[in-house]
Amino acid sequence: MVDKKKIKVGSPQTGCSSCMPNTFEIPLGPQHPALKEPTHFLLEVEGEIIVNATPRIGYVHRGIEKLAETKTYSANLTLVERVCGICSHIHSISLANAAEGALALEGFEVPMRAQYIRTIVAELERIHSHILWLGVAAHEIGFDTLFMLSWRDRELTMDLLEDISGNRVNYAMNEIGGSRRDMNQSQIDRMLKYMDITIERMERYKDICLNENTIRMRTQEVGILLPQKARELCAVGPTARASGVAIDVRYDDPYSAYGEFRDIFNVVTYDSNDVFSLVVVRIIETIEACIYIKWMLKNIPDGPIFKKAPRKVPEAQILSRTEAPRGELIHYLWSNNTNKPYRLKITTPTLSNINTVSEMMKGDYLADSTITLASIDPCFSCEDRMITVVNNDRRKAKVETWSESQLRKYSNDWHTANKRWKK
Amino acid sequence: MVLQKIITWARVKSPWIIHVNTGGCNGCDIEVVDVLTPRYDVERLGILIQGSPRHADVLMVTGPATQQMKDRLKLLHEQTPDPKFVVAIGACACSGGIFRHSYIPCLGIDTVIPVDVYIPGCPPKPEAIIYGVAQLLAKLQGKDSPVITPKKIALKDIKQSIEEDLAK
Repeated sequence: MVDKKKIKVGSPQTGCSSCMPNTFEIPLGPQHPALKEPTHFLLEVEGEIIVNATPRIGYVHRGIEKLAETKTYSANLTLVERVCGICSHIHSISLANAAEGALALEGFEVPMRAQYIRTIVAELERIHSHILWLGVAAHEIGFDTLFMLSWRDRELTMDLLEDISGNRVNYAMNEIGGSRRDMNQSQIDRMLKYMDITIERMERYKDICLNENTIRMRTQEVGILLPQKARELCAVGPTARASGVAIDVRYDDPYSAYGEFRDIFNVVTYDSNDVFSLVVVRIIETIEACIYIKWMLKNIPDGPIFKKAPRKVPEAQILSRTEAPRGELIHYLWSNNTNKPYRLKITTPTLSNINTVSEMMKGDYLADSTITLASIDPCFSCEDRMITVVNNDRRKAKVETWSESQLRKYSNDWHTANKRWKK
Repeated sequence: MVLQKIITWARVKSPWIIHVNTGGCNGCDIEVVDVLTPRYDVERLGILIQGSPRHADVLMVTGPATQQMKDRLKLLHEQTPDPKFVVAIGACACSGGIFRHSYIPCLGIDTVIPVDVYIPGCPPKPEAIIYGVAQLLAKLQGKDSPVITPKKIALKDIKQSIEEDLAK
């Protein structure tokens, strides 16, 4: 193992490809066996060691924010679920919270049972997302046995979600003003039973990860992100918590039913600052999520699950923060007293975390690049939007900034060319 | 003629697939990976996922073919050796789905490359994906009906088998 401190990284000489003839570039993606989603990383290597990594995103841009302006609020709940297939429920919670926050100005309240049902489904989603990640990470380090086993155990959670909502991926549980489906006693019993099994299995995986050499040798001292760097690069979610930064929206700014069990809530952190730390944090978080679900199922209040909300949302600007499985998710809603949003802006956790990957890869071996990339649990479908990342040192890309008049001309031209597009 | 028969037999017994995401939401992708894992396990049908398009017979495409991915999808299709087959998975890949009216033309993958089998659903269940692949295999053999004929199983038996699994 090469001592990382001896390799000079990020100094002005090594940063520039033109003055360093002994570095060369390796493209990773958009179609690559290690990546399930299209994205592109340009790795600059010196021998076997990565000295620089430049992300290039935008392959999954589908124009969701603009599309949201043409749909009503309840249709938008369906749309934002399709932002990401893994954390679909948390997006719809976030938008529903934003719209209900605007309605609360006129004294609108959501029933408590609905909030509990939302939170239970959100935690179930966190369990399936984290177990999915564990499998993918095991696959990246060549430990396919763990991949198969963990995905088998994930099916229990998928069965529960299918039992509650009727769907495996996009649950469609939320409505502005409550929840669409209730839970009966047999479902609750089944959930309690399955949660016990999941906890038992995850305890076993925790033992495996802490003691098994296969995982330790591939993950320890790989992808180091120091706490100070994590704060500088605005890391969120498990990526930040694995660097010892204790931030969690569920604890810091409780939404839905998270305020009810704040005293038993633990913000899981670990301090080895590497990929191993991320594995441990995610496994312990899964066990914690099972415990919260069991608490909520035992304390769920009776009452209605839905209250009819007025169609028009009063004029307001709402910032809704939620904790997705990957970190902090922000929905910014600008309503204008109609049944459609005036502007919806989505900031997803992977967009915050993507810059940490370049930092984590520096000084590592090329063979470790895939596990480092997978370690932040990247979800590029969440993340792709119109931003430009330009590394002035090494890419002589031309970036044009449009003025307002140019934008207006483009928009007018586009709308005359596409008259059938409904707004 | 005999050689042709042997080739068809081999192709039906071991279709190797490559999974291409053209800007989908991950929902279909996790279901595609799901059919490879123990609950559904398509490796028993000889289906194996491959990393390189050079090794693949079947392109499994998800996502609505966004502006950025169109050209890349075309390239991947050209790189796959003949005869190649394309399966469109999910509503987005079939027609553009919910993103059809976006300002970016996401109109489905059949505007870019020819498609053999469409599997609708948002996302389709793993069973539907297996059924779609079985349809494709039937097409290769020149039959109308799929190789696997779906059987009706009573709900009680399924529950019993799940509980037996849990007891283990």
